[in-house]
Amino acid sequence: MPDPLVRVEGLVRRYGEVPAVDGVSFEVERGETFGLIGPDGAGKTTTLRTVLGLLQAHGGSVRTCGLDPFRDRRRLSRRVGYLSQRFSLYGDLSIDENVSFFASVHGVRGFRPRRDELLEDLRLAPFRKRLAARLSGGMKQKLALACTLIHTPELLVLDEPTTGVDPVSRRDFWRILARLQQEGLTLLLTTPYLDEAERCGRVALMDRGKILELDAPETLRRREAGSVLEVLARPRRTAQEVLSGTPEVTDLETFGERLHATLSRTPREEAGAAAERLTATLRAAGVEVEVVRPVLPSLEDIFIARIRGRA
Amino acid sequence: MSAIEVSALTKRFRSFVAVDDLSFQVAEGSVFGLLGSNGAGKSTAIRILCGLLSATSGSVRVLGVDVLAEPERVKRMLGYMTQRFSLYEDLSVRQNLRFFGGVYGLRGQALAEREAWALEMAGLQGRQDTLTGALSGGWKQRLALACSVLHRPRVLFLDEPTGGVDPLSRRRFWALIDAMAGEGVTVLVTTHYLDEAEHCDRIALMHAGRLVALGSVPELKQVFLGRAVLEVTCPDYVAALRECEAQSFVHEASVFGSRLHLVVDDVPGVRAQVLAVLERTKNVPAAVERIVPSLEDVFIHSVEVADAAAGRQGAA
Repeated sequence: MPDPLVRVEGLVRRYGEVPAVDGVSFEVERGETFGLIGPDGAGKTTTLRTVLGLLQAHGGSVRTCGLDPFRDRRRLSRRVGYLSQRFSLYGDLSIDENVSFFASVHGVRGFRPRRDELLEDLRLAPFRKRLAARLSGGMKQKLALACTLIHTPELLVLDEPTTGVDPVSRRDFWRILARLQQEGLTLLLTTPYLDEAERCGRVALMDRGKILELDAPETLRRREAGSVLEVLARPRRTAQEVLSGTPEVTDLETFGERLHATLSRTPREEAGAAAERLTATLRAAGVEVEVVRPVLPSLEDIFIARIRGRA
Repeated sequence: MSAIEVSALTKRFRSFVAVDDLSFQVAEGSVFGLLGSNGAGKSTAIRILCGLLSATSGSVRVLGVDVLAEPERVKRMLGYMTQRFSLYEDLSVRQNLRFFGGVYGLRGQALAEREAWALEMAGLQGRQDTLTGALSGGWKQRLALACSVLHRPRVLFLDEPTGGVDPLSRRRFWALIDAMAGEGVTVLVTTHYLDEAEHCDRIALMHAGRLVALGSVPELKQVFLGRAVLEVTCPDYVAALRECEAQSFVHEASVFGSRLHLVVDDVPGVRAQVLAVLERTKNVPAAVERIVPSLEDVFIHSVEVADAAAGRQGAA
C-alpha cells in the first residue's frame, strides 16, 4: 500500500485564541477525489492552507506529497496546484499569456503542447488571444484551472472551484478533472454544493473546526439512521401544515410540488410503516395523497441533521 | 391568475440580442426559476421585468400593469433583491431596516411593526445593533431579503440570491421564500445553481437570450428526449470511463465518486451494450442502472439541442 498523498493527524490551527481547525485527521489516497464540505467558518479553507504549507499547524501533523508542507513549501509548490477562491489572473494579459506566465513561474519548459491541450479540453482555444479581463466568470475560472495545471501537479487543491460558475462551464471543469484523474491526478477540494460533493470518492463533513463524518457519499447515505419520505399530496400547503404539526416529522422541505419530510428518530427499517402512518394522517385531514415513499437522504439532509444535532 | 406575463420580449443592445423572443407566465403565489449560464439573458430579462430597463419589443405585465408603459408604478409593487446584497455594511441591522423602510415610504408605527417583523423573520432579534458588515453571509442574505419585502410587495424578484452561502443558510432562505409564496407572494428567482432550482414550482431555462425549456422539474426531466442517464458501478471506473467515452452511443461520461454517469441514446438494449463494453474490459461484476437525470443533465442537453438547431439555421 503506497503512502497516502496527504496525511493530516490531529491538526489544530488557531487564529488568536479561536481554534479554526480543532483536531482534524484524514488521509487522501493517490488518485482520489476528496471533498471537505461544511458551512462558512467550518475550517475548510484553513485546512487546505495548512495542507499547502501556506499556514503553519499549531498542533498535530501534516504531510503532503511526503513533505512537511510548511518547511518544504517551495519544493511542494512544484508538485501541487492550488485554485483559491481569489485566484488572480492578469486582466491585461491574454489567455495564452496568462498560461505562459504561470508556466514560467513554475519553471516549466516546453509547456506549449500541454497548454494547447488544456485550452482545447476546456473549450478556451477559440478565445486564446482574448484579454482575461474580458472573459465571463465561467471562462475566467476555466482559465485559472488551466494555469494551476500547467506544471502537471500530482495534487490539485481546489477551494470552492465552481462558486459563481455557470452549469456549462462547470461541466467542462469536471470533464477535464475526470480526464486528469485517469492520469493519476489527486484532488482535494471544498464545495458548498452538495450535489457537487457527490462527485467525490470520499467526503468529510466539517463544522466548527471538526470533522463530523467521513466516508463515501453513498455509504453516508445508506448508513444514515433516520428516514426521509418524499410526499406528493394536494393541496400541498395543507399537507405542509399537517406534517409540520406531526411530532414524528423533524424537518420539512419543499421542492416545487414535492415535500421531503425528515423523520430523524424513525429507523430506516420502519420508514415504510411511517409512510403509511403519514398517509393516514394526511387523508384524515382531507388531503389527497398521491405518493408517500421512503427515499435515500441526500448529503444535504445528512449534513443538516448533523449540524442541528450539535447546535 | 398569472401574476407575471411575458410575451415575445426582445431586447437588443445595438446588434447584440440579449433577450430573444422570450415568453412565459408565472402563476400568482408560485415560485418561478429563471435559469441559465452567465450571459444567457437572465439579468437583462429581470431588469426589464422590474421596470429598470426598456425593451426593444414585446410586452410585460406584472399584476396586470403594463411594465413597459408604466415602469414607475410597477417598481412600487415589487420587492427586488440582488446577489450583491445592497445593504450598507457600515450601518447597523436596525439602521439598514429603517433606511429601506424609509425608501419604501414606511413611517412611525407601520415602520416599527415591519421592523419587528423583519427582525423575527430573519432571526436577527438581539442583533439589531450589530454592524451589518460583521454578519456572516447567511445573516446578510436574510437581512437583505427582509429589507426587500418591508413594504409587503406581492411580487418578489430575487437575482442570484444565494451565491456563496452555505447549505444550512440556503435551506433557511428557501423555507422563508416558500412561506412567502404560501401567503400569496409571487416569486421569480434567477440562479445558475441547479440544485437550488429544484425548489421552484416551474422553471424556464435560458440560453443565448432564448428560452430552451419550460416546465416543472418533473416535466423537464421527462423531456430529456431520446437520452437516458445510466449509473455504472464497477471495479475499475477509470478504465471503464475511458472505454465508455469511446462508444458512439455514449454522449457524455462523468465520474461520481467511484461510479460513472453515462448519458446514452435511450434505445432498447442500451444497458446490455454498456455491460458488454464493461465485460470486454474485464470490468465485472458491474451494475448498470437507469437513474433520473439531474436538472444539470437536462440543462446541458437543452443547450446542446438549441446550439445544434442554431448551427443548422446558420448553415442553411
